[in-house]
Amino acid sequence: MLSCKDVTQLLSDAMDRSLPLGKRIGVRLHLLICKFCARYERQLLQIRETVRRLVGTEETSGGTLGEPLSEEAKERIRRSLRNP
Amino acid sequence: MAKPVNLDPSEWVGQYGDYLFRYAMLRLRDRATAEDLVQETFLAALKGRSSFSGNSSESTWLVGILKHKIMDHFRHQAREAPLEDGDLREQPDPSSFDRSGHWASGPTDWGGNPADLYREKKFLDQLTKCLAGLSPNHANAFTLREIEGEDTGEICKVLNVTETNLWVILHRARMQLRGCLETHWFKKSAGKGS
Repeated sequence: MLSCKDVTQLLSDAMDRSLPLGKRIGVRLHLLICKFCARYERQLLQIRETVRRLVGTEETSGGTLGEPLSEEAKERIRRSLRNP
Repeated sequence: MAKPVNLDPSEWVGQYGDYLFRYAMLRLRDRATAEDLVQETFLAALKGRSSFSGNSSESTWLVGILKHKIMDHFRHQAREAPLEDGDLREQPDPSSFDRSGHWASGPTDWGGNPADLYREKKFLDQLTKCLAGLSPNHANAFTLREIEGEDTGEICKVLNVTETNLWVILHRARMQLRGCLETHWFKKSAGKGS
């Protein structure tokens, strides 16, 4: 019988590789009866999906989120490009 | 068709500086390091300008150089602060379970509409802050896997760890990150009814 601790490791593993059939069944059975682990899985997948969309949106928009490069840094870099 | 390329270095900083800096910040989480690597990217581009083929756009070319520098930085960090030797599965686990392996306190319901989360402008800031709270190698493993979409074999080479240990590292990174987002994003936004 898998514990919640085991299951969370396996849920993470399943995001990076395919689990052996026995493990996969064990995890699915556990998720049927454990709402915390089921929620944990949904949230990990939600984080993955959100990160992918954020990265994708940033790429297509040319980057709009987060602070821009500071003016001081820009000036410093311009100087270094003039006198490399 | 690729855009016409001007390759005028005096315009690079104004044209691509913000984009490259944001790209670097998301992956490095540290302003000084991000600024340094952006500067190094422009300097490397200046040197290598004659080899630019024009097959890709200028910004793709610059991001390519920056990405190499970020990978080198991760390799360097992994060498500076190597992860523990041996099997990480055997080592103490700073997680949310009691001795019998049950949740000490389980994940709370995040509410809201999960599919819309990426539209929230401040979420990226919080994500970056939470990643910055992880140990560098854990945060780098997460970044390589979830932001760069690298496969685990490649990540093992960059971070110089076995695949078994990488699975543990990714598991702990995800667990810590989830907990941080719950505390600093979802519990706060729950009060606002969003």
